[in-house]
This record gives sequence, C-alpha cells and structure tokens, in this order.
Amino acid sequence: MNESYYLLLAALLFTIGGLGVLLRRNAILVFMSVELMLNSVNLTLVTFSRTTGTLDGQVMAFFVMVVAAAEVVVGLAILMSIFRSRRSASVDDASLLKF
Amino acid sequence: MPVEIQSPALAYAPVAPLLLVFAAALISVLVEAFVPASSRRVVQIWVCAVGLVLALAAVILLAGTEELTFSGAIAVDGPALFLQGTLAVLGLAAILLLSERSLDSSGGAVVARAAVLPGSREDAVLAEATEVQTEIYPLALFSLGGMMLFTACNNLLLMFVALEVLSLPLYLMAGLARRRRLLSQEAAVKYFLLGAFASAFFMYGVALLYGYAGSVDLGDIFAATGTAGTNDALLFVGLAMLAVGLLFKVGAVPFQAWTPDVYQGSPTPVTALMAACTKIAAFGALLRVLYVGFGRTEWDWRPMMWGIAILTMVVGAVLAVTQTDVKRMLAYSSVAHTGFILVGVIALSPQGLSGTLFYLLAYGFTTLASFAVVTLVRDSSGEATHLSQWAGLGRKSPLVAGTFAFFLAALAGIPLTSGFMAKFAVFAAGVDGGATALVIVGVVASAVTAFFYARVVVLMFFSEPPLDGPTVAVPSGFTAGTIALGLAVSVLLGVLPQPVLDLADNAAQFIY
Repeated sequence: MNESYYLLLAALLFTIGGLGVLLRRNAILVFMSVELMLNSVNLTLVTFSRTTGTLDGQVMAFFVMVVAAAEVVVGLAILMSIFRSRRSASVDDASLLKF
Repeated sequence: MPVEIQSPALAYAPVAPLLLVFAAALISVLVEAFVPASSRRVVQIWVCAVGLVLALAAVILLAGTEELTFSGAIAVDGPALFLQGTLAVLGLAAILLLSERSLDSSGGAVVARAAVLPGSREDAVLAEATEVQTEIYPLALFSLGGMMLFTACNNLLLMFVALEVLSLPLYLMAGLARRRRLLSQEAAVKYFLLGAFASAFFMYGVALLYGYAGSVDLGDIFAATGTAGTNDALLFVGLAMLAVGLLFKVGAVPFQAWTPDVYQGSPTPVTALMAACTKIAAFGALLRVLYVGFGRTEWDWRPMMWGIAILTMVVGAVLAVTQTDVKRMLAYSSVAHTGFILVGVIALSPQGLSGTLFYLLAYGFTTLASFAVVTLVRDSSGEATHLSQWAGLGRKSPLVAGTFAFFLAALAGIPLTSGFMAKFAVFAAGVDGGATALVIVGVVASAVTAFFYARVVVLMFFSEPPLDGPTVAVPSGFTAGTIALGLAVSVLLGVLPQPVLDLADNAAQFIY
C-alpha cells in the first residue's frame, strides 16, 4: 500500500478544515473545522511514523489529542459565555471591536 | 515481543525556574479550593510573588549553564535563561497590575463572576462589589510557566505543548474584564478561534518536518538539512507552516489581525501581560527554531522573512497613525515593533541574537508600563481610552502625562531612552548581516511611528481638556511600582546600557 495516499488524504482534510475556518459563520463549526485540521495532523503523523520506521509519530498523535481535548474545554467555555450574552454563535455578530 | 524501554536522563536542576513557576501555579489552584474566599486574593498574590521571585533567583543561580536535558527536549542556555529571567520580572509586574484595586470604585480590572450574564441586574450589582474572580492568578501563572518553557524548547512537539500551555489561559484571561464585558468576551472568542487556527498550522508543520527528518528535535532537523536526497518539499512546506504558527504569536503581518481587537478588548493588565510577555516568549521560540533548526537553510527562508518584516513594519506604522483609541494605537505600535525585532532575527548572527534579546527586554518593560499608565486615566464608565479624552491631560496631571510621554519617546526610539539603544542594536546587526535595504525601511517606519507618538504628546500637552474629561486615578503601590520600574529600566537602558548589552552578548549562544 502506498503511503502517499494517506498523506494526500490528510492534506485534503487539512484544506477542508482550513476552508471551513475561513468560510463558516457559526463559531462552533469554525471550531470543529480546527479540530478537523488537528485530526489531519494526526493522520500525517501516523503515516510518517510508518514511513520513517520510528514510533515517535504515534506518540505525538496522542499528545495532539490531549491538547485538542484541552482546547475544546477552554474553547467551548468561551463560546458558551458569548452565546449566553448574545443569543447567537455567529462570528459575524461579534463585531463591536473594529477599526 | 516486549520492547526494552530505556528511561531518559532527567536533570531537574537546570529546569528549576520552570518547576518553581508550575509548582506555584499548582499551589495557586489548591488555594482556590481550600482557602476561604475572603482571604484568597491576598494569599494568591503572595503565592505568585514568591513563585516568580524564586524562579528569578533560580535563573540567576543557573547563569552560564549550557545543558540539554530531558533527552534533549529542553535546552537550558544563554538565550533561554535571559528570556526566562525577563519573563519572571515582567510576569510579576503584570500580576501586580492585575491585583490593583484602588483605581476602580470596587474590585479592580478583573470581573467579579465571569459566569454572570453581562448586562443583567446581578451583573450591575456585582460590578460594584469587591468580589473578584481570583482564578485569574493560577491562569496567569500557568501561562507564564508555558512562556518560560516556550523559550527553552529544543523539540517541536514540546514547543507545541508549551504553545498551548501559554495560550489557553490567555484566551480565558482575555474575556475576564470587569467593565465593557461584551467587548472582552468578543476579544476572547476572536483570540481563541484565530489562536487555535494558527496552532493547527504549527502542528501540521511539525508533522511535515517529522516526515522530513524522522525526528522533531531541532538538532536532528539541522542534521537532516545537511544530507542530500531528502525530500525538500516537506522541509519547506513544514517550515512555512511552522512559521505561520510562530508569526501569529508574535503578531507579524499578515497574521496580526487579532492584535488590535484583543489588545483593546482584554482587561488592560492582561493586555500588558500579552504585549510584553507573549511577545518575548514567542520571539524566543522563533529565534531558536530559525537559529538552531534552520541555520543551514537560511537562503531559503530569508526572502520570506524579509517580506514579512517589511510588511510588518510598514503596516504597523501606517495603521497606527489612523487609530483613535489609545489601546489600539499601542497594539499597532506593537505590530511595528515586531517588524523591528524581526530585523534582528533575520540577521542570523550572534550580534543579531544579542540585539534581539536586548530589544525584547527593553521593549517589554516600556510597553508593560505604558499599558499601566493607560489604566490610570478613567471616567465614570471605566478606563477612558479614546484619544480625544486624553486631550489636555498634561494640564490635569503633568506627572502622568509626562511619564506617558517618556514611554512614547522610548517606543519611538528617541536617544537617551532604552528604545534608541534597542533599535540601534538590531539595526546595526541588520546592516552587518547585509540587510541594508531592510534597515532603511525600518528607519523610515520608525520615523512614521515617531510621528504618531508625537501627535499624542501634542494632544496631551497643547490642547484644551474637554469639559467632561476623564480624571486621573491615584494608584496604590502595585501600579505605581510597576510604572516606576518601567520608567527606571527605560531610563537606565538608555543612559547606561552597557551592563545589559554585555549580559545579552554573553547570553547570545544557543546550544543544540
């Protein structure tokens, strides 16, 4: 099996995630897109772990998962607080701060 | 088949500053759980002060150490210790600013209860209460610990973890302002979403570099760049992605969009912490990545960094001119300063490294103290940050206006201030490194920034104060001490810079 397919899939997922961050309007979906990007990182790491013949990549994937989980905790708390005060999770509504 | 696992060599003494700050952070969490609410604030301030002072003492004792520890993941060397010491002092000053409570009628800059809905009746009652969300202290300590670790990471995975340890508490702290809570929450959301986006790029870069070198140790990546036949696409795309994450944290154009919004919306003491400490930590990491990991591929990344440095200086300086809010103006000025510091980074020489270290120290103290001055000018709704409200401040309070004018002069780089010596150090290194064109852009951008600093000074001293203008609050020793410290450092580094320049020169040697 050719490993480059996995790398291409990961790159595709990363791109979809990146586009999601830029195009989506709902803060929760923006955040989900970031998580998708981190998951594509995990796929890349595990694939490279196989190509380079080292275990580091698999261990790093666990680190990324833990960090992503911590990010969820903090992120959802912040999104909750802004949703409660504005009744909206749209990133376009939060526009008090500008030039 | 069972695999023999060898336990890595761990030397705890060289990482004592980090351990002390993280220990203080954990104790601070316990204080939240077990100390009665009435005495929590005082205990927390003591925990922070003792932890950071001990960390500074440990840094001083470790001076001169050059050691790779934790299986090569942490490098304790001159730049790391220099920046860790700076971070400990600035972090303590920022925490003292956070603890100030004699400016407001009530409990200072931090919200009483973050969970209460902004604008509700309970919120209006709590805004005047002396209650305060003391969780901000453990958050600040964890963030500072992450920053100190960030400057010492010799391994990209650890660097990612440190990046998150320093960022996650900051996202929360940005949303904890007592006044103008909607702005503050909005700043937190923006900072969080963009920060998470940038760290995903950082980690994708790490993954690609792992594929390139088979390891994420900066030393191994450096070794791999010297061998032929490896896949250079992975190297360049990986480095570019990594750079996106780091340049976001330092606030370089085109990744600066968050800076003005977050600086304006956050509680001002938290802004001071971000402006001074986050920038120092992020530059520490950027320096280590470029000098240690990619020193051999400089011809490949230098054009990109040139472009970013020029854009950062020009965009920061030009947009600062158009600002009408003091905090936003200082934010754009911090973007311009990022560009100036990048000139020293790009020089890629010991001179450039020592100049950058000196610049970070000088800039950190000046910017922290100028945000401290911003907290003093207030009207009935809290801080008066609109520039029109600062008109004629020099007549109401010559001392405060004069101090702020001095900090602006230091930020502009007028001779006999720390800013002049700092700019001279990085620009001299830039010219020696062959980046004359870059330095010319830097000097022109400095002139533009000097223009808008001068505009504020003219506004403060030569215009009539508005009738219903803000008043200047009398601070307690916390804020006054921080401003005095910033003033002393800005003057001393301008008049007698040699000891600190020597210190930075001696520190300017990475190990790997």
